[in-house]
Amino acid sequence: MTAFRLPATTPGARLLGLGSTQPANVVTNDDLAKTMDTSDQWIRDRVGIQSRRVVGDGTLLVEMAAEAGERALKDSGLEPSEIDTVIFASCTMPSPIPNGAAQTADRIGISAPAAFDLNAACAGFSYGVGTAAGLIRSGSARHVLVIGAEKLSDWIDWTDRSTAIIFADGAGAAVLGPAPDEASVGVGPVAWGSAGDLAPTIFIKPENNALFQEGQSVFRWATTKIAPVALRAIELAGLTPADIDVFVPHQANLRIVEAIAKKLRKSGAREDMRVADDIILSGNTSSASIPLALDHMRADGRVASGDTVLLVGFGAGLSYAGQVITFP
Amino acid sequence: MASNEEILTGLAEIVEEVAGIDTADVSTEKSFVDDLDIDSLSMVEIAVQAEDKFGVKIPDDQLAELKTVGDAVDYIAKNQ
Repeated sequence: MTAFRLPATTPGARLLGLGSTQPANVVTNDDLAKTMDTSDQWIRDRVGIQSRRVVGDGTLLVEMAAEAGERALKDSGLEPSEIDTVIFASCTMPSPIPNGAAQTADRIGISAPAAFDLNAACAGFSYGVGTAAGLIRSGSARHVLVIGAEKLSDWIDWTDRSTAIIFADGAGAAVLGPAPDEASVGVGPVAWGSAGDLAPTIFIKPENNALFQEGQSVFRWATTKIAPVALRAIELAGLTPADIDVFVPHQANLRIVEAIAKKLRKSGAREDMRVADDIILSGNTSSASIPLALDHMRADGRVASGDTVLLVGFGAGLSYAGQVITFP
Repeated sequence: MASNEEILTGLAEIVEEVAGIDTADVSTEKSFVDDLDIDSLSMVEIAVQAEDKFGVKIPDDQLAELKTVGDAVDYIAKNQ
């Protein structure tokens, strides 16, 4: 047997930068009510959304991804040449080949990185952060750009009020790198998994290539099964719910967000824990929703450097993933 | 085993917590949707809490059949 030489490991990963982008085109509930049987009040009551951003000018998914990635890179202070791995979390690529990661890296000017797509739908960003942290800790990667980008508008039947009112477009990204010592590790272990038996509750209908979901089944799953995942992520990190300053769940539906937050508070999370509500003005942007919400909360001062932030993504697959991070 | 009366009382408490409807308004002849103005997602929350409280399973396809409070009481009584 030949013994292989393996790379030196690192204490763990931490976040170095964050960035996001959304289309300029705002679609209000009243806009949707002009073309389908719905109303502003009905939408606000069911999902909590007031308006969403939808690509209106032909912008490509990879263009949004590159813009978010560039902003995260700038925020991190790193040069494109210092990124060695790009993870592109998305479930809305227009075609499975070529992947989005390599062309996005090329648009940013990152030369020849390891680059791959990751489809865990709305859990994609947390899956990506978990994967990146593992690569960094093992020494397989040094600086990883994780992008969650979606153009859900390409996959929506704009006459179907059960989905058209919910989904939207956008991209968010984070740069992760190695922590110099154990005390500065800023990404906790990932709590993740899947429920393939529920795969038929969210899928693309072949007859019209449009997203369909069993709203009640997904709502039941999200409001009963995701709080335990979040609590598991807290436990894995060696923390308690009271340690969480900011909670950023996937922005699926404001009522799901509130139901999960309520359960966390019943389990010891603080009343003053800040809870992301970015869905109100951004809609559900699948893998982009967590980094978008984080970036917007940073902009309005609701998340600050040093905050302990709980992330949890969940969605089609079904799949779910969560981790605790320290905000850079 | 809870009696129908106990189920109604317990169910009314759940409906009050989920939808903010006074327990006195939750009577057997009331329709969840038409009379109490409860939407499909709140019905899921009510079902999940009723499952815990009464030890029954209320799958989504069954839930759709429970039009009135009385339907729900009967279903729980039969399946507890």
